[in-house]
Amino acid sequence: MTPLDVAFAACGLLAVVGGVLAVSTRHVVRAALWLVVALLGVAGALLVLGGELVALVLVLVYVGAVVVLVLFALMLTRAPIGPDRAHAAGPWRAAGAAALGAATAGLLATVLVPLADGTVAVADVPSSAVAEQLFGTWVWPFELLSLLLLAALVGALAVARSRPAPSGAAAGEAAGEVP
Amino acid sequence: MTLLEAALRAAAALAAFLVLPLLVGQAEHKVMAHMQGRLGPMYAGGFHGWAQLVADGVKFVQKEDLTPAAADRWVFRLAPAVALVPYLVALATVPVHPGVAAADVPGSVVLVLAATSVGALGTLMAGWSSANKYSLIGGLRAAAQLVSYELPIVLAVASVALAGGSLSLLGLADAWTPWWLLWQLPGAVVFLVAAVAELQRPPFDMPVADAEIVMGAWTEYTGLRFAFFLLAEYAGIVVMSLLFAVLWLGGWHGPLPEALGWLWTLLKGLVVALVVVWVRVAWPRLREDQLQRLAWVWLVPLALLQLVLTGAGVVAGW
Repeated sequence: MTPLDVAFAACGLLAVVGGVLAVSTRHVVRAALWLVVALLGVAGALLVLGGELVALVLVLVYVGAVVVLVLFALMLTRAPIGPDRAHAAGPWRAAGAAALGAATAGLLATVLVPLADGTVAVADVPSSAVAEQLFGTWVWPFELLSLLLLAALVGALAVARSRPAPSGAAAGEAAGEVP
Repeated sequence: MTLLEAALRAAAALAAFLVLPLLVGQAEHKVMAHMQGRLGPMYAGGFHGWAQLVADGVKFVQKEDLTPAAADRWVFRLAPAVALVPYLVALATVPVHPGVAAADVPGSVVLVLAATSVGALGTLMAGWSSANKYSLIGGLRAAAQLVSYELPIVLAVASVALAGGSLSLLGLADAWTPWWLLWQLPGAVVFLVAAVAELQRPPFDMPVADAEIVMGAWTEYTGLRFAFFLLAEYAGIVVMSLLFAVLWLGGWHGPLPEALGWLWTLLKGLVVALVVVWVRVAWPRLREDQLQRLAWVWLVPLALLQLVLTGAGVVAGW
């Protein structure tokens, strides 16, 4: 066990524990905060492996923007302090979710574990190499993803504003959904 | 790096973290007072009230540490640490002298930005967990503000990183030339405005607006935990001022001899911090819609324009 192995294992453990608590806690805001812990664990693992740019951007985007947005939405909905019993899933659904999670984890493990050779090594990845991959090899999937997100955003806006005004200002396009 | 060197670097970063925010706080007391035709603190310590913040610290330590009965205990008690520690990490990576930073890491620009965005979580945790409507409104306002102003900051810093061809603060400060003062001017303005907003300082202090919502997210805090939030605010001013001095004002580049580069960096940072204080005295608080309008109608387009300008300059080899 080298110090790198220990650091990688600690970060991985942090990510797994944070992730499990994020989905299993009954406190809805704490779930978002456990998500921060899980993301920091993943970022730490990436740092140990030498991908500092990806790790830091992960923290910047996911913790700094996405989780802040999640917390904002939760506070807008008056997320209660204390456990939320009203939305508890029954034992069957919990068992089903656990089985599904275990199956996914097992599938990922059988695919990924044979690829690893058991050693943790720092790959010296320069930022320019990341950029080349991102804007060269993977540029179309990357741009398609942003297009998908944009479509989702526009869709959310449409859903939020779908109720037509009674005066019929938007009658042309909303004719089909007049209540 | 030996263990001794690492310990010395950590101690230096901690000392800077404990001294510089107090210096800025005291400067704010005195400068603001004189701008308003007052004297400010004059008693504590004898000479022009220099020990006022030390006395404040002693007062905070003596106060009772309260946790509201309805609060989410763990989140409530953890929030000040989440607000404070990231700024310590950020300050440790800011260079003050050619080749000298407490922790010289390759992607330090991104690290500073990531650390400050984690620190903002502390305010949100405090606002939600206090079980107080003023705290909740403060947390909501803080979140709305952070979402809007994170983007211009990142874009402005990305423009400098593009111009200098590096993601390391040391590399960027070395690449700096006086020409940047003009070339990167729009980005500099965007960063300064957005940094003040990110720190929730007046005129962007709607999240703590004391006339409307008591003290925003900090309403229920007492004693040392409250002091930690204040320390985080002033440490944030120090980090943002030094970042501005290093990225846009050239850090240690100046007419002084090479060996005094650190003094030059600190002086530039102090001037930026004084501008932040001045802005607080000069402008009234912005309303929520004015705040959002400023971010999305002015700062983001300006930052994007700066990015295009920088890109054109880099391609043309300015």
